[in-house]
Amino acid sequence: MNAIEIFDLHFSYPECDEILKGVNLTVKKGQFLSLVGQNGSGKTTLAKHLNGLLRPTRGKVLILGEDTKKFSIAELSKKVGHLFQNPENQIFEETVFNEIAFGPRNLQLPEDEIVARVDKVLKTTRLSKYRDAHPLSLSGGEKQRLALASVVVMEPEILVLDEPTTGLDLLSIQGILEIVKELHKRNVTVLLITHDMELVSELSERVVVMGNGQIIGDGTPKEIFANDELLARASLEPPQIMKFSKILGLNPEVKVDALYKRIIETL
Amino acid sequence: MIEIKDLHFKYHSQKEEVLNGINLNIKKGEFVSIIGPSGCGKSTLCLTLNGIIPKTITGEFSGDVFIDGISTREKEVSEFSKKVGMILQNPESQLFAMTVEEELAFGPENLAVPRDEIEERISWALSIVNMENKRDEFPGNLSGGQKQRIAIAASLTMTPEVLVLDEPTSQLDPVGKREVFRVLRDLHKNEKMTIVLVEHKTEHIAELSDRVVVMDKGKVVLEGTPRHVFEKVPILRELGIMVPDISYLTYLLKEGGYVKDIALTIEEGRRLFI
Repeated sequence: MNAIEIFDLHFSYPECDEILKGVNLTVKKGQFLSLVGQNGSGKTTLAKHLNGLLRPTRGKVLILGEDTKKFSIAELSKKVGHLFQNPENQIFEETVFNEIAFGPRNLQLPEDEIVARVDKVLKTTRLSKYRDAHPLSLSGGEKQRLALASVVVMEPEILVLDEPTTGLDLLSIQGILEIVKELHKRNVTVLLITHDMELVSELSERVVVMGNGQIIGDGTPKEIFANDELLARASLEPPQIMKFSKILGLNPEVKVDALYKRIIETL
Repeated sequence: MIEIKDLHFKYHSQKEEVLNGINLNIKKGEFVSIIGPSGCGKSTLCLTLNGIIPKTITGEFSGDVFIDGISTREKEVSEFSKKVGMILQNPESQLFAMTVEEELAFGPENLAVPRDEIEERISWALSIVNMENKRDEFPGNLSGGQKQRIAIAASLTMTPEVLVLDEPTSQLDPVGKREVFRVLRDLHKNEKMTIVLVEHKTEHIAELSDRVVVMDKGKVVLEGTPRHVFEKVPILRELGIMVPDISYLTYLLKEGGYVKDIALTIEEGRRLFI
């Protein structure tokens, strides 16, 4: 079963140049995919087609085997959760509990199920002690976890993370990543959009590179970051560890622990 | 250039002090980077460097910040804005004019700088950020990195002696980040500008800074050359500060007895293996 299937997707705003120029992409269920590329390459525009925020000008998008044109945004949001860059844009309720309960309440779930779901998510995101706090009293990292909680509570099968770690420090980023890794273990399909190549190397099974509205690269992190010509074309910088493994003349590695092992083996 | 003495600050709305006894001197021409976990007070510290705190944003303020020997309590923010330029995270919050040229002329025009000198300053500032060809462009049409470079150029037309930058590249893509760091390097090396940079990503800091200041819970907890600071890998990781991957890797290798030193840059790492 494929989570996402995109066929010849074109998109332009009326009277404007095309932003997406024929994208084809299939993502298997449970896959962890990173989408990278320069600003303006079409990453966010592509992601907005997955939950119906944008509709194809031409081509089609299937979510879990069904054409998105059959569904409203509300229906798609049950399947595809979307976390944006700035958590404050996603926060509007008076308490953390109500913030997370907002989505399930709109689904008109019974109140006891809502409470059960929210409490479970509060635990996963380590926000239980803030259950009755005002969302805006939380720190940056906590707000981003709250925004993630509000998405996760809908139990989506596909999770789109658009620059989820921008402006966060290491501990906050690790907090978000632990949750995302946990969801991925539960077979949630994850599509991560980021400029952080260290993050891409750390997490993803597959990297898709976009440039000028098209997919220009597709492979494992190692394959992508070893391809200098592709990186130059997409204006991407390989992770430090990849550069360093090449300088040492070793097989390319993208993670610190992997390169550490390789160096020790050769010494 | 900047002297900070036993600085304490608490926002009216908060229970605890954000700045909890900061002592710090920044020399003329020095490139100082400030790092620390979210909420450690680094952005608040930036706002004290041109008098916005305590003049515009008020709270419980004690201690002193001296710019060129003058306390920020004594004069208005407008006085210090000629000496200290401030660049924030999001360039769009700082741009408002219809052309790049108007954007750059705004500051000096308000100071009634003569027309031909304004012209000279604009040309100089545009050449430093390498954007001479965008003079008549609408700032809204520029890329993120270009916008941030224009925000820097607009600051430069005030001919400041210090530039304070609070995470200037956090919203930029890799190309934009590179462009901005190149401008900072040039300003430091060629124009001898004093630079105070707050930044999460430590790779660039290790290469560019004369001195790194680590803050935690409103205090300076560690400071020194990039080498002195980034060699303390376990302390930094405990604080939730990313060290460059090359430093982490060579730290692990050093602990295992495989290399002698911790590398701050890839070039240093290469030399460890010759």
